Amino acid sequence: MNDAPTVALSPETVLAAMKEGGVTDIVWLPDSETNWLYLLMQAEPSLRLVGVSREGHACSIAAGLAAGGRKPLILIQNTGMMESGDSIRGWLLGLNIPVVLMVGYRGWTRHGVTTDTAATYTERFLMAFGINYYLVESDADAPRIATAFAEAERTQRPVVVLVGDEYHGFNR
Amino acid sequence: MMRIAEALDAFRPHRGNAVVIPGRGGRYWVDLSDRQTLDLPMGDPAMGGHAGFGLGVALARPERKVVLFDSEGDILMSLGMLVTIAEQAPANFYHFLLDNECYATTGGQPVPNAKNIAYDKLALAAGYPRAFAFDEAGELQRALPDILGRPGPVFVALKVYPEVENAPIGSRRRWQTRSREQVLQDFRAELVRPDGGD
Repeated sequence: MNDAPTVALSPETVLAAMKEGGVTDIVWLPDSETNWLYLLMQAEPSLRLVGVSREGHACSIAAGLAAGGRKPLILIQNTGMMESGDSIRGWLLGLNIPVVLMVGYRGWTRHGVTTDTAATYTERFLMAFGINYYLVESDADAPRIATAFAEAERTQRPVVVLVGDEYHGFNR
Repeated sequence: MMRIAEALDAFRPHRGNAVVIPGRGGRYWVDLSDRQTLDLPMGDPAMGGHAGFGLGVALARPERKVVLFDSEGDILMSLGMLVTIAEQAPANFYHFLLDNECYATTGGQPVPNAKNIAYDKLALAAGYPRAFAFDEAGELQRALPDILGRPGPVFVALKVYPEVENAPIGSRRRWQTRSREQVLQDFRAELVRPDGGD
């Protein structure tokens, strides 16, 4: 079975989805699944990038931004998401922050067999926290990003977009 | 050292229309504040996050000062946050630290290396353009007009007495007068008032 999606997820598609979703600030830590977004995000004047050194920091920063009327997006990897458990609980779920977390799905394989425990526990972690999630692998999946934004607003809860496509180009 | 309430009381006349995030000083600030709809007494959603929350509010509302009373137990969990704050450099952010050298809510056990940490120097090393440290409320009182009269970000470390809570959590006095949901709702309503809360 082929392990690759037929069409890649382009950074332009993701950026367009962020803009359509009204994102104002991206709180992020680079990872190998979403690093190709960096140059485009940096060049986009409507976005402010807030870099963190540990993923849990992104949760309280996003909560503060949302409290002040902005619309943040959190961009991190699944490893960091799991490390952020208590911050997700307290600052996002606890304060009803309607934020989308775009999470690099390290170790994801389309056939479901992986030797990377980062992938093994990712969806179990989200299920344990009761956080809904959507998988995007290619441009054809992009509408799921809009779905995640709408759901976060409607439910006033964090919603996760798992990015199952790895780096292909803008590795800066 | 100073009492937490003394430090907050010294700040109170200078508050103006600043947003105040009282952190672990919330139980004292709630009795001192005369602008509660501009206060964000979040309690303790998750330890280590107050600095990030303060940064987020400051970035979201650049038109007004945001004053955070952080604690050393929190900041030790998130030292990397100092670097993010320094990089973003919000000119409206005033980061005070209540350093009682211990985990007061769990019985007063010392934080690691409690007596040997220079938090003001940590902040400067992380890239804050200004940082101060005060042991006495009088010194703080005299310096506050200058500290608050100039742009941030600024870091102000305050040595405070440990005011240890030894009662079981369930039997402690509940100081919060509003739920977190209500706090955020009041805050947002205040910000969209025609006079902008001024």
